Amino acid sequence: MLSAADLAALWLTLKLAGISTLILILAGTPLAWWLARSRWRYKAAIEAIIALPLVLPPTVLGFYLLIALGPQGPVGATLQQFGLPALSFTFTGLVIGSIIYSMPFVVQPLQYAFAAQGRRPLEVAATLGAAPLDRFLSVALPLARNGYLTAAVLGFAHTLGEFGVVLMIGGNIPGRTQVVSIAVYDHVEALEYAQAHWLSAVLLLLSFLLLLTVYSLNRRFSFVQP
Amino acid sequence: MSIDIELQLRRGDFSLDLSFCAPGSGITAVFGPSGCGKTTLLRAIAGLEPDAIGRVSVNDDIWQAPGTWVPTHRRAVGYVFQEASLFPHLTVRGNLDYALKRRRAAALSFEQVVSLLGVEPLLQRNTHKLSGGERQRVAIGRALLSSPQLLLMDEPLAALDSASKAEILPYLERLHESLALPIIYVSHAAAEVARLADHLLLLKDGRLAAEGPLAKVLGDMDTPLARTDEAFCIVGGEVESTQQALTTLRLGDQTLRLPPLDVQPKQRVRLRVYARDISLCLDRPTRSSILNILPAQVLDIDSGDGRGQCLVRLAVADAVLLARISEHSRRQLDLKTGDAVYAQIKAMALAR
Repeated sequence: MLSAADLAALWLTLKLAGISTLILILAGTPLAWWLARSRWRYKAAIEAIIALPLVLPPTVLGFYLLIALGPQGPVGATLQQFGLPALSFTFTGLVIGSIIYSMPFVVQPLQYAFAAQGRRPLEVAATLGAAPLDRFLSVALPLARNGYLTAAVLGFAHTLGEFGVVLMIGGNIPGRTQVVSIAVYDHVEALEYAQAHWLSAVLLLLSFLLLLTVYSLNRRFSFVQP
Repeated sequence: MSIDIELQLRRGDFSLDLSFCAPGSGITAVFGPSGCGKTTLLRAIAGLEPDAIGRVSVNDDIWQAPGTWVPTHRRAVGYVFQEASLFPHLTVRGNLDYALKRRRAAALSFEQVVSLLGVEPLLQRNTHKLSGGERQRVAIGRALLSSPQLLLMDEPLAALDSASKAEILPYLERLHESLALPIIYVSHAAAEVARLADHLLLLKDGRLAAEGPLAKVLGDMDTPLARTDEAFCIVGGEVESTQQALTTLRLGDQTLRLPPLDVQPKQRVRLRVYARDISLCLDRPTRSSILNILPAQVLDIDSGDGRGQCLVRLAVADAVLLARISEHSRRQLDLKTGDAVYAQIKAMALAR
C-alpha cells in the first residue's frame, strides 16, 4: 500500500496541480482573450513563446528556470536583495515552473474558445446595452465554458505528470518538493516495485478519470449551432 | 424628429461617403446591390465601425460628431442582424430578458413585445430548436425590448426561405403600423421594399444615388434602379373585393384586378409593378386577355440608354409608373410628353 511519504507526495502533487491550474486560468483568461482578439503584428511571437513548453525537453526548461530562480539568477538575486529566499528547491519555485510548463495547455484552449465565438455575439450584446465587462461576463465567458473545462483539466492533468522541470528546480525533498512522478522514480531506483505499482496506478486512474470527465462533459455542454 | 447621418469610411478599395436625413418615424429602406455599403452604413450608425467618421444624430440625441463618440452600448439602438444571432447559451426567454435587464428606458413591456411577435409559445425553448423564421422573430423582439430610439434591420429576411419570409412579413407590417419607432431597413429585395418602406435611400458604390419618399424615388427615371431591368414602381389601393379568383383593388378612380391575395376588403395594399411588365397602346384594346387597361398620361420619356429601349414615366390614376418599351414601339406610336395612352398591366404580373 501507499506509505506516508507516498501520500505526502500525492497530496503535494494535487496541491501543486490545483494551485498552478487556478493561477493559469486566472492569468490565462486575459492573455487568451488578447490573443484571440488582437491584430498586433508581432502576436505570433507571443504565441510561439507560449507554445515552447510543448516542444522543449522539460529538462531544458527546468535548467533555465533553475538558473533564473537560483540565488545567482536574475529572479533569485533580485529576491535576495529584498531579503527573500531564492525560489529554487521550494514549493513556490515548483508552482512557477508548473505554470510555465503547463501554460500552453490552458491558454490555447481558451484562446480557441474565444476566437471561435467570433465578434457577433459581443456586437449583439453591445447593441442590447451591455458594457464591455458585462459583455465578457455575460456572453464571452459562458460561450467559452467548453474551453474552460478543457483548459482546467488539461492544465491540471499535465501538471500531475510533470517530471523533468520538477527534478531540475525542485529537487526531491520529501514533503516539500517531492511529487508523485519523482517518488515513482525513486521507488523504481530502489527496486521497490510494489510501491511503484501502487503510486503509478493511482496516477493512471486519476488521469483517466480527469480526461473522461472532459470528453463526456464536452459532449454534453456543446451548444448546438444552427 | 429626424435621423441625421453624415458618414465617411474608407476600407481598402471601398469607401462609404454619404449624408442624408431620414424621417423620425416609419421605415426607411436602404436599397442597393450587394457590396454597395448598406451593411457598413448600418454598422456605422450603431457604432460598430470605429473607423467611421462623421455625424450621427437620432431625434436630437448625438451619437457621433467630431470629438464625440458614444459607444454602441450607450446608443439607444436596436440591431437585427441578417442571421438572428441569438445567444446559444440562453433560452428564448433568456435572450429577451438579456435586453430587458439592460435597457435604460421603458417603452414596450415584455408582454407587448411577446404578443406583437407571437413568441409566447417559444419562451421556454432552446434557441437551436427554433425555425429560421422563429429565430428572427425572437431577435426582433429582443431588439425591441432594449427600448431603442432607432431600430436597424440588416436584411432580416435574406437568410430565410420563402415560406419563412412570408411568415415574418406580416409581423414587420404590424410593427410598422403599431409602433412610432423609426426603422432603417437594409434590403436588396424589391418585394420587401415595396411592402414595407415609406422612405427610400438608393445606394451605389458607397454613395447615395437617390433619396426621398418611396413612390417618388421609384418613379424617378434618373436613378440606378430605374436603369436596370428590375425597375419597379408601387401602386397603393384599397381592396374592393376578393371574389371570382381575382382580387380587385381601388386605385383612385380606377380599379386593378390581380390574382387572389390573402387580404380583407377595405385593407390597404401596396403592389409593385415592374417597368418591363407595362405595355402601352393608343387605343383601348377590346377582347384582350390583359385585365388591367388603364388610361394614363405620358409625363416624361427617357430614351438615352442606347440599348434600343426607352423608359416612359406615366401618371396612372393617383400613381406614377415607369414603363419600359422598345425604342421601335415608341417611334411607331410617336409618343410624346403629354400624350394620353392606355397602360396595360397583366394581372399575373402584379405582386405584393
